[in-house]
Amino acid sequence: MDIERLTLVEIKRLLDEGETTAQELTDAYLARIETLEPHIRAFLTVTPDVAREQARQADERRAQGENAPLLGVPLAIKDVISTAGIRTTCGSRMLETYVPPFDATVVQRLREAGAVFLGKTNTDEFAMGSSTENSAFGATRNPWDTSRVPGGSSGGSAAAVAAAEAPAALGTDTGGSVRQPAALCGVVGLKPTYGRVSRYGLIAYASSLDQIGPLTRTVADTALLLSVIAGHDPLDSTSGQHPVPDYLAALSKADVKGKRLGVVREWLDNAGLHPGVRDAVQTALATYESLGATLVDITLPHSEYGLPVYYLIAPAEASSNLARYDGVLYGHRAAHTEDIWDLFAKSRGEGFGPEVKRRIMLGTYALSAGYYDQYYKKAQKVRTLIRRDFEEAFQQVDVVVGPTSPVPAFKLGERTDDPIQMYLADIFTLTVNLAGLPGISIPCGFADGLPVGLQLIGRAWDETTLLQMAHVYEQATDWHTSVPSLTNA
Amino acid sequence: MALTREEVEHIAQLARLALSEDEKEMFRSQLSAILSYAERLQELDTDAIPPTAHAVDVQGVMRDDVVRPSLPRDAALANAPQAQDGFVIVPTVLEEHA
Repeated sequence: MDIERLTLVEIKRLLDEGETTAQELTDAYLARIETLEPHIRAFLTVTPDVAREQARQADERRAQGENAPLLGVPLAIKDVISTAGIRTTCGSRMLETYVPPFDATVVQRLREAGAVFLGKTNTDEFAMGSSTENSAFGATRNPWDTSRVPGGSSGGSAAAVAAAEAPAALGTDTGGSVRQPAALCGVVGLKPTYGRVSRYGLIAYASSLDQIGPLTRTVADTALLLSVIAGHDPLDSTSGQHPVPDYLAALSKADVKGKRLGVVREWLDNAGLHPGVRDAVQTALATYESLGATLVDITLPHSEYGLPVYYLIAPAEASSNLARYDGVLYGHRAAHTEDIWDLFAKSRGEGFGPEVKRRIMLGTYALSAGYYDQYYKKAQKVRTLIRRDFEEAFQQVDVVVGPTSPVPAFKLGERTDDPIQMYLADIFTLTVNLAGLPGISIPCGFADGLPVGLQLIGRAWDETTLLQMAHVYEQATDWHTSVPSLTNA
Repeated sequence: MALTREEVEHIAQLARLALSEDEKEMFRSQLSAILSYAERLQELDTDAIPPTAHAVDVQGVMRDDVVRPSLPRDAALANAPQAQDGFVIVPTVLEEHA
């Protein structure tokens, strides 16, 4: 079976019409994973036994007349999302052997929808990074050029979808970690509104910013997957009560005529923007105009402060969330320790990698007595200004548009010694998390032979408009049909 | 904002992180650079601006007070580095003083 270009929507049709079975599909993806993994390393754990059993059950349920939304559809899940009975490491030595005793709510919803779990995908340690090079188990490689990064921290999920090792995957986005790797790997990635998808069972990094989102080949696939995982969850007190529309059905009514697109001037004029990325984004804007949309220049004057705000708030929350890894109840424990304090410090010193330690230290400092007002509280106030910039923009426009990443995929190792250079990879995405808004990245061209992503940002809770706008563009272009040749794999 | 080695050691102690000598030096220079970068926030006058803890208006919703089964003890202890007789084992916390 040729699975290279299969989408979720097509897989559903093939299954519905009896042209394939869940077991046949699952075997095809497992075989492709076996062939490509030595070159791509998108997975930390492949679960053939779990997948084959789920596929067998899905075929049985279908034979009995059942048709759940993802019945028999194979997927991959980022390894920061808890899966009962399946090792979940967060890309960290700290959780190298951890097997969660419960499912995250999204996983529970995928199980009920009939999905088949191919495995857990690679991630920067505790989702901290922009290249998936911070994984304690080795970097994932970009399927378009294996000497380059796939982006991060959901780089494993993005690479798995780009290489067709899975037709879709779940990622998490704290400062751009779904959208930026989607852009660098040439796939679709959505960060939903904060609170749209339950975070219960997502191993926390920065709780006021984290959100789970889909990575897929098409906008329609993202709409389908979002419909399954979205919705209120009593186990997550920050989960919203808003009703979940049928996102996939809404795409048939998609139209951009009369829509106003806000073009962020300071993003397109940014000195760090790669010329090829600028060209691809400008061509995409012209396409929108030809489809009947109106382009409106807007300004987000405080977006230039997004990076320092993010790198104070996210580490502050991380320093608190990661305090739970003390070597007592679960996770790595150092051998030969003198007393309980020594056990805490040595277990954490040995279990965490450099980026995680750096952020814990930064957060501890920003929250410490004497520096709280100067750093943490100041950042929270500027966060208000960033949020207000978006509120003002949405008075004038329906959607905000710009590049997803300032550059196409960079070389492995190119930025690892300079944290600030690495942090700049998320410069256009992280303000969206600070403001809690939904954002999507869709393929919009190539620069130096590497994929470029276009970012669309919407009003809170209005994923429908975002998906509709993205879908119309996708239908008018064929970037999403390009697949990496994998000749150098 | 240049941090001293002593400040790095103090932060590491607060964060309960045992660091090697090389790590202390690396973090001293990297954290100093990041904090200097963050200094640009001081350009903005935010005296009249309230802080944002959550960007979206989500209220802490109380769920129904329904008794549910909790995690069985065996499952809760399954990932413990050291456990015995239903307890987690840690180094001595309280010591007897003569």
